[in-house]
Amino acid sequence: MTVTPLATVHRLLAGPDPRLGPEPLRSHLTRLGARPRGTAGTPPPFVGELERSGLRGRGGAAFPTARKWSAVASRSRGHAVVVANGSEGEPASWKDRTLMALRPHLVIDGLLLAAETVGAAEAVIYLPRAFDAAHASLSRSIDERREQGERLGTRLRIAAGPHRYVAGEESAVVAHLNGGEAKPTVTPPRPFERGVMGRPTLVQNVETLAHTALIARLGSGWFRSAGTAGAPGTALCSIGGAVAAPGLVEIALGTTVAELVAMAGGGTAPPEAVLIGGYGGRWLPAATALPAALGVDVPLGPGIVVVLSAEDCGLAETVEVLAFLARESARQCGPCLHGLDALHSTLAAVVVGTARPADLDRLARWCGQIAGRGACHHPDGAVMLLRTALETFAASARVHLRRGPCRGCRRPRLLPTPIMDTRWR
Amino acid sequence: MSYRLRVNPILCTGYRMCAELLPERIDLDDWGFPMVDARPIGRDLLAHARRAVAACPRGAIELVPDGDGR
Repeated sequence: MTVTPLATVHRLLAGPDPRLGPEPLRSHLTRLGARPRGTAGTPPPFVGELERSGLRGRGGAAFPTARKWSAVASRSRGHAVVVANGSEGEPASWKDRTLMALRPHLVIDGLLLAAETVGAAEAVIYLPRAFDAAHASLSRSIDERREQGERLGTRLRIAAGPHRYVAGEESAVVAHLNGGEAKPTVTPPRPFERGVMGRPTLVQNVETLAHTALIARLGSGWFRSAGTAGAPGTALCSIGGAVAAPGLVEIALGTTVAELVAMAGGGTAPPEAVLIGGYGGRWLPAATALPAALGVDVPLGPGIVVVLSAEDCGLAETVEVLAFLARESARQCGPCLHGLDALHSTLAAVVVGTARPADLDRLARWCGQIAGRGACHHPDGAVMLLRTALETFAASARVHLRRGPCRGCRRPRLLPTPIMDTRWR
Repeated sequence: MSYRLRVNPILCTGYRMCAELLPERIDLDDWGFPMVDARPIGRDLLAHARRAVAACPRGAIELVPDGDGR
């Protein structure tokens, strides 16, 4: 077995010690040089470089960033809106709030670059009201730029919304910025066709924007020097669960789960399974997960990896997450409104031993009925989580059916399932 | 010209009229919400499909030209 060096790749997180808080503008400029300006065009010059970089978004679809920018640029006519999305509704993720709090100028650079490249009239940073540190850091950083006399070129503002699981879905972001509730809407039209104030709108995750600020300075070749040919660059990962040092790590794509666990100080107990990609992601048995290359063998999604030890109960964890996802449904679409409650209560019955074996078949049937039938992908995520839980913990499910709660059920839960904002505005 | 059925899941509240009028292509899930067959609607079913669309009290189901949108 070869020993792989465990150094994380510092790109977005390079620079001053995180304990020093937000990086000031002066330090940012000394370290990285002046902000690269974007130029509109058909196609805009920077879009080619972005395409060569292979940068993709951090949503479930891992959409190529260059394609997204092109779609808005070609419709903009100087009217588009660009939104830096810092919603981060995943309870086991910290990457976006941490990036906004520590490296605000990278996010702002990327946002202004995107606005100039697509020919936007307005740029907005959208984040939950609850993110005090990120909000303070970003608004201080915008002031710093104005004090330095920087010509921003685009109207720039911060908009705060509710902290809810689906409020960061791009149509929900647009709905909120249009004065409505931060709930997903039916698509089409997609935001790039008709978004904020009816204008073509680019909604881009804050981490993705920060990557573009570095690609514009250092080039696509530099970006590709980390990661693999098919999955280039780096990604921020939130690693938690049964590891010695849970936290935020920047990895080259293609890093294995085992390497990531080692970067987080190693496991605290023998691992049983790993949840990859957040609450709409996948449970994998440890033997499959540990050698898997992130972003290559398994989708990384929003960069969440949680290790479950053999002492914990993956089904009990999944019950609580399904309860969370049902609670966080916008309750707009029948299959999500009724389906997620049914998935939760039936799996709960399995875990406490009051279900019958036929209930496992009902869960499988409901998974088939629910997937793909919401306005957004929220129900699809819940189905993915449950399906992979039933595969990964199949033997455990049969034991629970006969005997009820296991020892792991009585341990505290690893996965956070907080009560989020109750309002939608 | 062929068509597809598209449900607006936010408007739909489960009146079930569509499944009643076009059982060839619309099933109900365990909560009474329509699950629409993705295949295009041919000439043979077009009149029935139009009736199913017109019957929805919520205007939650429509016929769209094949290849439009998702």
